[in-house]
Amino acid sequence: MKNLFKLIYRYHVIFLFVLLETLSLSMVVTFNNYQRAAFFDSGNFLSGTLFERFSSFTQVFEFKQVNIKMAEENAVLRSALHEMLLKSNHGTYHAYDSIYLPRIARDSTQKAVYRFTTARVINNSVNQQHNFITINKGRHDGIKPDMGVISNGQVVGLVTNVSENFSTVISLLNSKWKISAKIKRNDYFGSLSWDGKDYRRVQLNEMPYHVPVQNGDTVVTTGYSSSFPEGLIIGTISDFSIGSGSNFYKIEVMLAADFKNLVIVGLIENKQLNEIKHLESLNKYGN
Amino acid sequence: MGISAVKYLLIFVVSVLLQVLFCNNILIARVISPFIYILFIILLPFDTPRSLLLFLALALGLTIDVFTNTPGVHASACLLIGFIRPVILDLITSRETLESVPAPRVKTMGFHWFVTYTIFMVVIHHFFLFFIEAFTFQGFLLTLLRIILSSVLSIALILLSQYLIFRK
Repeated sequence: MKNLFKLIYRYHVIFLFVLLETLSLSMVVTFNNYQRAAFFDSGNFLSGTLFERFSSFTQVFEFKQVNIKMAEENAVLRSALHEMLLKSNHGTYHAYDSIYLPRIARDSTQKAVYRFTTARVINNSVNQQHNFITINKGRHDGIKPDMGVISNGQVVGLVTNVSENFSTVISLLNSKWKISAKIKRNDYFGSLSWDGKDYRRVQLNEMPYHVPVQNGDTVVTTGYSSSFPEGLIIGTISDFSIGSGSNFYKIEVMLAADFKNLVIVGLIENKQLNEIKHLESLNKYGN
Repeated sequence: MGISAVKYLLIFVVSVLLQVLFCNNILIARVISPFIYILFIILLPFDTPRSLLLFLALALGLTIDVFTNTPGVHASACLLIGFIRPVILDLITSRETLESVPAPRVKTMGFHWFVTYTIFMVVIHHFFLFFIEAFTFQGFLLTLLRIILSSVLSIALILLSQYLIFRK
């Protein structure tokens, strides 16, 4: 027994190292999915406050650019609104209208399904395999997990963790997250994810061979995930090839949003999300 | 003891701030991202007890993990270099120097020695970090390229910091 203690004392540094290393590696394995322990979340009080202070200082220099972007977005929205008003007044385009716009903003009973709000990005990265974004709004401001995050109408990510005043967003540039996406021209859909290599490109998978694919095709959201309305722009197809020994295309999608330069993001809440989730959960357990 | 504890606490804070506010925003040519926070471990005194070194490395790694949403990734990489540091020091320094000089600095140990020491620490840390982060050996060559190029930038920044910030 005495010898055992002697042995432990003699090699206590090695034992300590193995113990601590095992602990941290088990943390890598257990927490590295996208619902993490609240402490390991850049939305926590300490880092949230630090990022908020620092970004409010640095972003002063970026606001000119943000203003220009927002003015552009306003112009686009204004013209869309104008077009919509014109169409509804004349009545001639009614058929087109009821297919396209209602899916974005309304359900069949003409109530608004999606609620929009904005937040400021206080921390963001593109240089890791699993990138997250921290924003300066939290539970207090009505932010909830699973809200969609966009920038200039282009998909950016999904809210995962929410604290009192901050939230973290899993970025599209995170190999742990997948979103369904379709080719706008022909409505064929696949699954979109990031391979961790290039922060400007993501990959559209599970697109079978018979689908006509072209470089330059726009890739948009399907609306299946309930967090995003249908038809939000994700990017354009920049390259595609036939993978060896597989039945699917390898499609590279050039992202529309500039992830390296996110300042203000929009958040989308689907008011019917709980209802949809509840309904879908019945299928899983009901059988 | 009191003064040096405060000094090293300050180095800890500055290293973390430099990393999370400055270096985490750097991404050159889509592959290079420097990690210079291990400065703190690099600069600790020679006579730091090995078990204390491990705990300090763990604390540093966990702090960075909190800021980057990567539980355990930086902690495990820091622990590794915390554990290996005495071995490296034994390898490149004589026992008499380790006993007579208080802490590793460019001024006391010389530029050549400091560069060798920094290269060892940074390369081991980056190698472990990037593979843990990727968590796969898929894309081995790309990860290797990221490690080599990022290490070069990290080493350059760490050396630069020795002349600009951590002069004492």
